[in-house]
Amino acid sequence: MASIAPSVLRQASRLASRPSVPAASRRRVGALARTAARAGAATSSRPFVTQTKSENAQVQVDTAIRIDRPELEKAGLTVAATSNGSTTHVSPMADVLKQAERMDEGQRPIYLDMQATTPVDPRVLDAMLPYYTGVFGNPHSRTHAYGWESEHAVEEARKHIATLIGADPKEIIFTSGATESNNMSIKGVARFFGRSGKKKHIITSQTEHKCVLDSCRHLQDEGYEVTYLPVNSKGLIDLDQLRDAIRPETILVSIMAVNNEIGVIQPIAEIGKICRENKVFFHTDGAQAVGKIPLDVNAMNIDLMSISSHKIYGPKGIGACYVRRRPRVRLEPIISGGGQERGLRSGTLAPALVVGFGEACRIAAEEIEYDSKRIKALSDRLLNGLLSLEHTNQNGDPEHFYPGCVNVSFAYVEGESLLMALKDIALSSGSACTSASLEPSYVLRALGNSDENAHSSIRFGIGRFTTEAEIDYVVKAVRERVGFLRELSPLWELVQEGVDLNTIEWTAH
Amino acid sequence: MTAVQKAVRPETAAQVLSLYRQLLRQGQQFAAYNFREYAKRRTRDAFRENKDVEDPRRIQELVQKGLKDLQMLKRQTVISQFYQMDKLVVEGGISGKDQPGHGETVRQKDTGWD
Repeated sequence: MASIAPSVLRQASRLASRPSVPAASRRRVGALARTAARAGAATSSRPFVTQTKSENAQVQVDTAIRIDRPELEKAGLTVAATSNGSTTHVSPMADVLKQAERMDEGQRPIYLDMQATTPVDPRVLDAMLPYYTGVFGNPHSRTHAYGWESEHAVEEARKHIATLIGADPKEIIFTSGATESNNMSIKGVARFFGRSGKKKHIITSQTEHKCVLDSCRHLQDEGYEVTYLPVNSKGLIDLDQLRDAIRPETILVSIMAVNNEIGVIQPIAEIGKICRENKVFFHTDGAQAVGKIPLDVNAMNIDLMSISSHKIYGPKGIGACYVRRRPRVRLEPIISGGGQERGLRSGTLAPALVVGFGEACRIAAEEIEYDSKRIKALSDRLLNGLLSLEHTNQNGDPEHFYPGCVNVSFAYVEGESLLMALKDIALSSGSACTSASLEPSYVLRALGNSDENAHSSIRFGIGRFTTEAEIDYVVKAVRERVGFLRELSPLWELVQEGVDLNTIEWTAH
Repeated sequence: MTAVQKAVRPETAAQVLSLYRQLLRQGQQFAAYNFREYAKRRTRDAFRENKDVEDPRRIQELVQKGLKDLQMLKRQTVISQFYQMDKLVVEGGISGKDQPGHGETVRQKDTGWD
C-alpha cells in the first residue's frame, strides 16, 4: 500500500498539470488523488504534492552543527531579547542549536603506554589499504599476476626491514610477532643443536620478557640447562659474569636490547663480541629497540633478532625474525608446512600486514633522528616534572635507557591505586602481559627493589605522537593525585613526622 | 625571506609556499588529536629543516615528496573523519575544556565505543 500511494499521487499531479485533460477522466481518479490534484492546481506551474507548513519543517541536524560560533552567539543574543520565546525570526536552526549538547570536556584518556603497543601511523595504513582492497593475491602464487604483485610488495617490505637493521633481505623471516620470533629462535636453535646431546646450555638474563623466560623453562623440562644472569641495581648485566657463564656446551645467549619495563639498553655490541669470540649464537629480543635506537646486526654481531611491528607504529599481528646466513644459524622450525620463508616459518604471509610492517620500518629509518630528539625532549620534561616530587625515583640506569620508557617509583603510594586514580591517562605498572595480576613486577624485583617499591612503580611510554600538552597534563595530574593519595596514607603521615618506617614493629590483628 | 624563496625561481618559491599551506591545512583535518598535532609539527619542522636547501634538483625532490605526502594526507584525513573517537582529555588545553575556534565543528554527541 505504501508503495502504491506515491505513484497514485504522482499520476494525479501529472494529470492536474495538464490542462487539456477532460474532466471526465479526472473524475475517475480516486478520492485521495483528487485532493492532491487540487493542491497541485493551486500552485500555478510547479506541481507540489505535499503542503508546505511550518510544523512540517525539519531541521537538518548534520548541517546545523556546522554553524559558526559567532553566528551561534549572535543568535543566542537575539533569542534572549525576544520575550515570547519564539526564535523563528532569528534562524530556524537556533532552537536546535540551543539544545545541542556540546562535549566540552573530552573523555578519552591520554595514551602513554607505548611499550604495550603504538597507534598505527596514517602513512602505514595508507600503504596497507591497497592490499586490503584491490591487491589480494597470495604472495606464494607463482603462476599468475595476482601472486606476482603481492610477492613484489612483500619483497619490497622485506628490503625496508633489512635496511633498518643493516641486514640482507634474505635474512628476514616473517612471523606473527616478537613472541613467536623469540620462541622460534630459542627453541629452534636449542633443539637443532641439542640433538647431538652435547650442546645443551643456554644463557639468558632475569629481566627478559616473559616469552623468553617461558621458552627457556620449557627447554629446561626437555633437559636443557639454563643460566639466568642477574642484573645490577640499574638493570644492566655484568659482562664478566656473562664471560664466566659461557661453557663449552653453551649454544645460545639471549639478552634483550631494550627492556620493556625499565627501558634499560644492554651493551649489545659488547655482548655480541663476547659471543662471537666464544662461538656462541647471540639472540636479542629487539621488539622495543628496533626503529628506536640505532641497531646494526653486523656491527653488533647479532645472530638472531626478534622484531615486532606494532611497537613501531605498524599493524598488530606481524613481526619478523632476523636469522643470520653467514655464518649460518640453523634452526629447527616450530611450524612446518609449505616451506615458505626458507622453510623456517611455513604458512601464507599476510601481504597487507607485511607491507604495513615494511612501511613502518621505512618511516622509522627515515625519522629515527627526528623522533629520538623529540622523545628525548619530552622524556626530560616528564622526568623533571615527576622527579621534582619528593620521594620519587627513576628505576633503571638513568644513563643507559631508552628515553621513551620512563619507569618511576612513587614511594608511599600504591601503584595500582594510582593507576585507578589516573583514569584519564592510559598507563601501566609494567608489562601488559602481567598487568592483569597484582603481583609486583619481576623485573623490578630483579633489580633488587623491595616489594613496596615494585608495587609503587609506574611506566610511562612516550612515542612519536605524544605532544607537549599531554606531558604537561600528565605531570600535573600525577602531582595532584600522588599528593592526594599520600594525604590518605597513614604511612605518609608517619614519614612526615620523621618516623623511619623500618623501625616500626607491625602487629597483626 | 627563506633561502628557498631567494635562491630559486619565483614560481618554485610560490609553489613551495602553497604546498606548505596545503599540507598544514590538510593536516588540521585529522579527527584524532595526536595525528593532527603530529601533522602540524612534522610539516613545520620538515620545511624549517630544509629551508636552506639551494640545489634545484633537491628542491624538486622535496617538493615531490611533499606532494606525495599531501595525497596521503587527503586520503587519511577522510578515513580519520569516518571513524571518530571520543575526544582526548587534553584537547582544548590543560584545563580539558574544549574551546571551539572560528569555523570549527561543534560535536553533537559522544561517538566513543562503549
